[in-house]
Amino acid sequence: MAGIPAANTFPRLLRANAEHMGSLPAYREKEFGIWQTWTWSEVDDEVRFLALGLRSLGLERGDRFAIIGDNRPSLYWSFTAGQSIGAIPVPCYQDSVADEIAYVCEHAGVRVAVVEDQEQVDKLIEVRDRLPELRAIVYTDPRGLERYDEVEGLVGVEAVVETGRGLHGRDPEDYEREVARGRPTDIAAILYTSGTTGRPKGVLLTHANLIEPARRAVKFDNLTRRDEVLAYLPMAWVGDFVFSIAQCHIAGFCVNCPESPETVLTDLREIGPTYFFAPPRIFENMLTSLMVRMENAALLKRRLFAFFLDVARRVGCDILDGKRVHPLQRLLYAVGNLLIYAPLRDVLGLGRIRVAYTAGEAIGPDVFRFFRSLGINLKQLYGQTEASVYVTIQADAEARADTVGSRFPGVEVRIQDQEVQFRGDGVFQGYYRDEAATAKTMTEDGFVRTGDAGYFDEAGHLRIVDRAKDVGALTDGTLFAPKFIENKLKFHAWIREAVAFGHERDMVCCMINIDLEAVGDWAERRGIAYSGYTDLARQEEVYELVRGGIREVNADLAEDPALRGSQIRRFLILHKELDADDGELTRTRKVRRAVIGQNYGELVEALYAGRDSCRVVAEVTFEDGRRGTVEADVRIWDVDASAPMAAAA
Amino acid sequence: MKREIGGGPPVAELENIHLSFGGLQALQDVSVAVKPRERLAIIGPNGAGKSSLFNIISGIYTPSSGTIRHKGEARPARMRPYEVARLGIARTFQNIALFSGMTALDNIMTGRNSLMRRGVLGEALQLPWARRQEIEHRRRAEEIIDFLEIPSVRQTPVGALPYGMQKRVELGRALAAEPELLLLDEPMAGMNLEEKEDMCRFVLDVNEIHGTTLILVEHDMGVVMDISDRVAVFDYGRKIADAAPDDVRRDQAVIDAYLGTAHEH
Repeated sequence: MAGIPAANTFPRLLRANAEHMGSLPAYREKEFGIWQTWTWSEVDDEVRFLALGLRSLGLERGDRFAIIGDNRPSLYWSFTAGQSIGAIPVPCYQDSVADEIAYVCEHAGVRVAVVEDQEQVDKLIEVRDRLPELRAIVYTDPRGLERYDEVEGLVGVEAVVETGRGLHGRDPEDYEREVARGRPTDIAAILYTSGTTGRPKGVLLTHANLIEPARRAVKFDNLTRRDEVLAYLPMAWVGDFVFSIAQCHIAGFCVNCPESPETVLTDLREIGPTYFFAPPRIFENMLTSLMVRMENAALLKRRLFAFFLDVARRVGCDILDGKRVHPLQRLLYAVGNLLIYAPLRDVLGLGRIRVAYTAGEAIGPDVFRFFRSLGINLKQLYGQTEASVYVTIQADAEARADTVGSRFPGVEVRIQDQEVQFRGDGVFQGYYRDEAATAKTMTEDGFVRTGDAGYFDEAGHLRIVDRAKDVGALTDGTLFAPKFIENKLKFHAWIREAVAFGHERDMVCCMINIDLEAVGDWAERRGIAYSGYTDLARQEEVYELVRGGIREVNADLAEDPALRGSQIRRFLILHKELDADDGELTRTRKVRRAVIGQNYGELVEALYAGRDSCRVVAEVTFEDGRRGTVEADVRIWDVDASAPMAAAA
Repeated sequence: MKREIGGGPPVAELENIHLSFGGLQALQDVSVAVKPRERLAIIGPNGAGKSSLFNIISGIYTPSSGTIRHKGEARPARMRPYEVARLGIARTFQNIALFSGMTALDNIMTGRNSLMRRGVLGEALQLPWARRQEIEHRRRAEEIIDFLEIPSVRQTPVGALPYGMQKRVELGRALAAEPELLLLDEPMAGMNLEEKEDMCRFVLDVNEIHGTTLILVEHDMGVVMDISDRVAVFDYGRKIADAAPDDVRRDQAVIDAYLGTAHEH
């Protein structure tokens, strides 16, 4: 199956699957409370008709077209349909505001947009005058669009498919001829990276770029047609393309689309995926809400939970790694599995996991070990859009919290001036319409600069320290690695986001976002009244709680001679949650330090001026796109530096 | 999309209705009619008789005198609420009246009650027709859940839902009866702006897509003026105006009684 040489583009992979396993499930979606299934041969038909239909809208070979919406089978099919006729899909983040979508669509010069619903149609209508090349908007959900009959070029996907069906009836070889014209070196997608600085850049990836590494990853983890995945991460993100399209087409497994973004946890449980990806924050959220729920459980349950969690902590990871464990401990773990771990895995929807990955950010060691100790094979990988995901990966027995694994098969990785660089067949073709950025990222010998500072440890595992350009120094020359510090802070359940400042300053200060769920529950338990995030964030008890966490981080930093001087000396809790809509986080929820430093310049100055509070008026973007202001008094507290344990003794 | 109002006799027509509780005259000589597919709003201060009017249409109160017609035919003055339901009339309540221990889905399923054919034996033995019926009702309930965008709370007990969500479930239960005439008693009360916008959208969609005739009692003037075709104004048990929203807004009697805007003497 994996050896068919002709299947070197996505449309050909689909044709091969329809021939070899036509009756097996390819995509599922929950509709009206019931999971609906499409087999490979049904998908083949849908894609064929949609392809010819899209072409009839004026979408031609080489044209770009946008895809915007939540994970829906018909949107996934539009990728392959467009590729069949040589058009290039440009997926956009579905929660982007109209202006962000306009930037991407304008930059890519999209001819057609295939979108999910009224919400996305409205955004495109709002910015249509910036998109003169946009000829047609195809929607998949007609809900609420009955009153839009005067909008030019707006058409339902069903009508497009019908047109395609008619065209196919008149010339059944038409589609095959289109697919035959495709080359593995054709661009298969332009994926815009959110980027922590500046405007997004369009990463050009060919069919070969995406297919070859994905094929190796399928082999690496023995993925088969019997695997199941839940597609819930943004379709515009390279990982979703690789997991839900590339690997699904190569291994032939089934992709399940959630009913709605709000039902993901229920859907996860119903599907019980065997192969799963989630960024660290999702695992962190799962653990936090689990702990909150356990705090509220009956005493007996709580005791039992604590006891067996302790057993798992001691031996769970070793058992999963296949190490030798005392038979008595093994027996205890087996009892725990029966009583606690298995039901827990099931409740979390992780009961059938064979392979799970996390990537994108550092994961807290406690969080990582918690899931592994429950018997969930959670591993890390390190990747980039520019690499078609894979740079390094952890094998089953090599899972560690503080590394991102060894190099991925077929990829060369080197460290030059602290920076991680890689080369391989997944390497992108350049940034679309941005030669300057391409030249800056690619070295002369074909390596890609990741911009991440890292090193290989004795075992040959890569460790990422920080973004290379973020590593700075305090005025006294002490090394300052902001992300390293922020990650340590975020490993605390109370702290959701942290932003550290210190480059060319005399000390390290930080801004904190508390975790509303965890701290809110903690506050309720103590009878502390609060009316919302802003109110909770300014309570003295909460400051005390956060200061405790920061002290622990300082004690940690004190142990490292290189970082001892970069302990946190002052902090404040922000009056509002950092938000991607305000440009403070990227769409993948990475902190934009420069934007925050600018937006909260007053607060930064107050931190360094030694003041104990600061009045702020912050501009915020509400969910409906309106802008408004929030006003608050933000307290600033000091923290003591820790001395290293050895020195204290 | 164009919406045709009228065509055929009024869905509900009240003529010279009087209603009194002991010495208290709740409604005095009230006549009001709603045309097919029309959106009629009823406004007035507290105690003006708005809810009494609803209770008469839905069979909870029996008027002291007057005629009620349904699609042009006189209805018996005394009717049980379930008989009214079978005429294709459904309602929501000012104070939510759901089964709080039951899930959102089960609450919506109860709205199918008037459409279910009964047979204890068939249900108990899961005979084919009983199962087919169950599946059909469930399918309709799921369509409503999808329409109201509440799949995430499908299996949540209603008592655990926030207020705005409960209002939505209650609308869902009313819709489950597939009514021709829907009575909404303060559907927006106690909601924030966003919830109101959502609710307005659902109400308009019900009317425009399914052609359901609407009568709503509402205090939020913005909502009333935005979504209704016609506004009937009540004061002290009498109807004092009945016209298009813009005309009602300019009506001096209405301003005096209700809107309370300053005006020259």
